[in-house]
Amino acid sequence: MKHELPKLPYALDALEPFISERTLEFHYGKHHQAYANNLNNLIEGTSFENADLIDIIMKSDGGIFNNAAQVYNHTFYFMALKPRGGGQPRGKLYDALVYSFGSFDNFKTEFSKAGATLFGSGWVWLVADKKNKLRIIQTSNAGNPLCDDLVPIMTLDVWEHAYYLDTQNARPKYIENFWELINWELIETRFENL
Amino acid sequence: MSFELPKLPYAYDALEPHIDARTMEIHHSKHHAGYTNNLNAALTGTDLEGKCIGEVLASVSKHSAAVRNNGGGYYNHDLFWKLMSPNGGGKPTGIFLKALEDNFGSFEQFKDEFSKAAATRFGSGWAWLVKLSDGSLKICSTPNQDNPLMDDAEVKGTPILGLDVWEHAYYLKFQNRRPDYISEFFEVVNWEEAFKRFQD
Repeated sequence: MKHELPKLPYALDALEPFISERTLEFHYGKHHQAYANNLNNLIEGTSFENADLIDIIMKSDGGIFNNAAQVYNHTFYFMALKPRGGGQPRGKLYDALVYSFGSFDNFKTEFSKAGATLFGSGWVWLVADKKNKLRIIQTSNAGNPLCDDLVPIMTLDVWEHAYYLDTQNARPKYIENFWELINWELIETRFENL
Repeated sequence: MSFELPKLPYAYDALEPHIDARTMEIHHSKHHAGYTNNLNAALTGTDLEGKCIGEVLASVSKHSAAVRNNGGGYYNHDLFWKLMSPNGGGKPTGIFLKALEDNFGSFEQFKDEFSKAAATRFGSGWAWLVKLSDGSLKICSTPNQDNPLMDDAEVKGTPILGLDVWEHAYYLKFQNRRPDYISEFFEVVNWEEAFKRFQD
């Protein structure tokens, strides 16, 4: 099975001024695409050749895992951004965030802190455990919560390639910008479908 | 005594066109400065306060992640700046060249193997040429700011050559093209400095 990138639901310049067109050209057009290409090359002739992406993530390691998880992680990240996003979630997700973190602002502060303090390359996730309890976790490099029996709800890419052209060493500035782009409707749907 | 950000041994634009001035300035004045300040903060009140960086790295497994990450970041970048020069590039000579040939077959093979270690390090990290305790040379890579001087390093020894492959080291100029950055690095390698380290 050939793994292909989904089309982005917005133009490459649509997230300006928070994430630049140039960043998306590289991030989606080069990095994300390279992970998909590498994955397709690596699985050829292996038992993963016809497996779906999640299956590969759960069962592989090394280069196959890294590229498969990076395909998934980036899709999960890009799909939950939109122009004129941001604000706050509503309904059940809002209630669950308040229940788990005290308030929406506390959730935002904790999630941002997890993003700012992750050392090296990686991802920050809002996840639900088996009892649907919400948690914030960090994963290094290509790490993915599915491997720890956690269901991802939202993610933030803190690899330097996600922001270096726009904010260089100022990762916290990138994280501030990220909050302006969140597609909460989509993330609410992910949560409600748990 | 606290650690201070070491001065660059050349101007920010001195490695142009191989490494650009903007990258050098942010890399040194922001990233390296950040590691230095965070290292001082992480050491405050620990038994490592006042120790030299070698001692800090040699006992890193017994201390916090902040000591490891910032101690490594402080040391690695200081070494990295010294290992580059506007008059660098080419290849080493004499017994150092001979040692590379003996260990890797030829200088080109050494270069290929080192470049491959740098290109294939997944995520953030460093590629190293290390002199082991038996005098032999080995190529390896480490994640994040780890290095071969750390007491729990997989390959332990004296770093002779180190290449930063964190994306911040090359993204402004090369973006996703890490292999191009690695080629440019070889145009500015300070082989004299590497040789000094090899001899010690």
